[in-house]
Amino acid sequence: MPINGSTQAMSGEPVAANPLSVKPPVIRAGGRSKAPQPGPKSHAAAPTFPFSAIVGQDEMRRALLIAAVDPSVGGVLVFGDRGTGKSTAIRGLAALLPAMEAVVGCPYACDPGRPADHCERCREQAVLRSEKVAVPVVDLPLGATEDRVVGALDLERALTRGEKAFEPGLLARANRGFLYIDEVNLLDDHLVDLLLDVAASGVNTVEREGLSIRHPARFVLVGSGNPEEGELRPQLLDRFGLAVEVTTPTDLPTRIDVVRRRDAFERDPAGFCAAHAAADRAIRKTLADARARLPGLAVPDATLEAAARLCLALGTDGLRGELTLMRTARALAAYEGAETVSLDHLARIAPSALRHRLRRNPLDESGSTARVARAVEDVLAR
Amino acid sequence: MSPAWSLALRVARLAAADPHGCGGVVVRAGAGPVRDLWLDGLRAALDPDRVLRRMPAGIPDDRLLGGLDLAATLSAGRPVAQAGLLAEADGGVLIIPMAERLTAGTAARLASALDTGRVQVARDGLATSAPARIGLILLDEGVGDDERIPEALADRLAFRLDLTNIAWSETGTAGPDDEADATGDERPIADATAELCTAASALGIASLRAPLLALRVARLAAACDRRSEVSGEHVREAARLVLAPRATRLPPSTEETAETPPDRAPAEAPSEADVASDSDDRMEAGAESVVEAARAAIPAGLLAHLEATASRGPTPKAGKAGAPVSAPRSGRPAGTRPGHPREGRLALIETLRAAAPWQRLRAGAEPGGPLIRVQAADFRITRFRQRSETTTIFAVDASGSAALERLAEAKGAVELLLAEAYVRRDKVALVAFRGTGAEIVLAPTRALARARRDLSALPGGGGTPLASGLDKAADLARTAAKAGGTATLVVLTDGRANVARSGAPGRVQANADALHAAKMIRAAGIRAILVDTAARPQDSARHLAEAMGARYLPLPYADATAMSSAIRSAR
Repeated sequence: MPINGSTQAMSGEPVAANPLSVKPPVIRAGGRSKAPQPGPKSHAAAPTFPFSAIVGQDEMRRALLIAAVDPSVGGVLVFGDRGTGKSTAIRGLAALLPAMEAVVGCPYACDPGRPADHCERCREQAVLRSEKVAVPVVDLPLGATEDRVVGALDLERALTRGEKAFEPGLLARANRGFLYIDEVNLLDDHLVDLLLDVAASGVNTVEREGLSIRHPARFVLVGSGNPEEGELRPQLLDRFGLAVEVTTPTDLPTRIDVVRRRDAFERDPAGFCAAHAAADRAIRKTLADARARLPGLAVPDATLEAAARLCLALGTDGLRGELTLMRTARALAAYEGAETVSLDHLARIAPSALRHRLRRNPLDESGSTARVARAVEDVLAR
Repeated sequence: MSPAWSLALRVARLAAADPHGCGGVVVRAGAGPVRDLWLDGLRAALDPDRVLRRMPAGIPDDRLLGGLDLAATLSAGRPVAQAGLLAEADGGVLIIPMAERLTAGTAARLASALDTGRVQVARDGLATSAPARIGLILLDEGVGDDERIPEALADRLAFRLDLTNIAWSETGTAGPDDEADATGDERPIADATAELCTAASALGIASLRAPLLALRVARLAAACDRRSEVSGEHVREAARLVLAPRATRLPPSTEETAETPPDRAPAEAPSEADVASDSDDRMEAGAESVVEAARAAIPAGLLAHLEATASRGPTPKAGKAGAPVSAPRSGRPAGTRPGHPREGRLALIETLRAAAPWQRLRAGAEPGGPLIRVQAADFRITRFRQRSETTTIFAVDASGSAALERLAEAKGAVELLLAEAYVRRDKVALVAFRGTGAEIVLAPTRALARARRDLSALPGGGGTPLASGLDKAADLARTAAKAGGTATLVVLTDGRANVARSGAPGRVQANADALHAAKMIRAAGIRAILVDTAARPQDSARHLAEAMGARYLPLPYADATAMSSAIRSAR
């Protein structure tokens, strides 16, 4: 697809004849006859900072790993200061995820082993060939328009051939993977509504431009943002399974370590990644083991009861809190290779799973994290 | 050529050497010849291959990120993409005048390009990704503290320059020292990382981007000086240029280490044979000298400024105060969104743009129709964002305990502010509390004449139902915030409540209620000022101000002008 001449001067600034301003044509995967891109291009283009090289931020890393072990926990929200490595961690996670089986040529990367979740096209086919693809981690870029998010009429084919064809959007590409929204609090309201709906149902329904399409869109929503730049609507907040708050480390040795690693990575990305490849591989192995162990891991009644009492004590709305608490504690136990889901797992994951579900009490000056910690102490001590 | 100006030129050269690596420069200066001269210096230092473009702060997404080229798409009969400014400026520099007007959204888009060096487009049926290794020059023309460059963006730019105090006579053109071309990569560096981190901590800089950028600048400075090693001088220069303008506190005094020669190179690599404690000492000493370098560059007014901002109390949480009206129909245009014209104003061009790609398809479905086929799904309406307006709410103690001349002074202050508000198009409201309850004497208004009339008729005397007054004022503030405005509460009282919320007399319950009401104001994030009108200031009003998170202004001998100017400076 040709790029139009890029010499439209904005305000009388002379545009030098510059080799850099002439972009090579960027071609979008046309027609969807080919297999979907395994992972977005931006991740493949430049090496990403290795997940295992991130200093500190244990809670954030743990939450992301839990979401990777059990995608049904319902997403991770990372809120915190500027420059704390939120984006870095999420992009690093993408490189860690073990490959998955997918139907060859399916634009939604359907799982051959789960016919119930198949798209219409895969259902119609008698024989499905499968291949290993990378788990998609899709960026929702700022300024994305609705048509690219949900999918729309294929412009190229509509214009050149007068055909009505559906071009899947970012939600289709994110199926069975991760959808990452940086600066989630700056997202337009109508896009937020749309994402909420799809994230809740796991199905993307497109009714526009004369198209009527339904396709599976099960993804882990990962959002990051800075609370100083606007608060998140409570409906969206509740939709995330885990919420973590990250802060800039304050002790000097950690700070020096962070800067030193970042600097080493920037100076020699390939070498730095190679140095941490073994540690990344170890995490990937643990992840795969945890996923295999997860279905067989039962949650004892005592833990379930404690979870219920905890939610009761905190007055969280609905059952979502208990459900998330149970699932995340189980995923944590699976990741740590534990035999059973203990109260300790519950206590450790409770702040991340519950802090964003509390009703705000304007006169309680202690933060929601402290309130959860207090409730954990009270309930589990009994 | 003054030192400040040569420093500014040095920054221009460093930023030009590796725009994307440095992130860029925040230049605080009004439009004028000094700023133009600096920009000329930057242009001269910039490699001719690098693009230099200007970007208006209110740029729409299709020009910033790219999108569908309407004219080309129509004439070619197939979708033609148009590159946005970010992609066009790849490898070069974007100059953004009036950067204090940048919205959080635009700032986030720019920040993402700075972080990833790419621009990802998912718009108008296009999905592309193009390199966008840009540097930014943010021209900050903000006057007051209210107008600031989005912190998320400023944090990612290495340099901050203030040209406001540089006179034309101090300027001059740079010497013919030819600057180097290469970026500072691959240069071995001694333990500058530790020193810059230590210095950043000492200066109270929380963000970790600051030492990282300083490190890059130190390397860049060495490359510009055609040196293969980063020397202590480069590290100190980086601390001066990058860390000092971000300082939030003065470093602890280092008198005891004054014997350290200032020109001692702090970055001497401790040889591996050095015992650990020795290298620690060296690091310490090196860091001290880096801190000193930064301290020398800290502006003189820093502490005064910090005190001013610190005494403001809790800043209102973003997203509450000044939240835009849900669907305003007037104000500054802020892009378009799909919607029916009955929900807003039709954006004709955007509607046509949305309809354009489908023309051939629609013509095929129903031949012989109108020339342009627009369907309901194409409708775009303009979004508006209203300028958030300020409402100043006065809660005036009109009880008998507040001496009557105080009430006259309060009236005078409101009148003065009213005149000022008329100029600024702000609103003023007045709540008076006396006897058993509070009443809104004046709903938020700009009507000067009516306000003055109501004010002069305000009676005095009776008990002090402080809690009711605060509740009423807080209600008004919340209403103003809901309507998209910002509210400042000015409470004029002596803090001696004697009527409870219920209207019953009794000092103990009345004080408890008042404190509770004050805490609610703090919890709601309403900015407040408490003016103590007692002839001799006492603790009760001070406690109340603390509970409210308000700035406390004891005015034992206030007159209307003094009060008005105090309130103005506190805002």
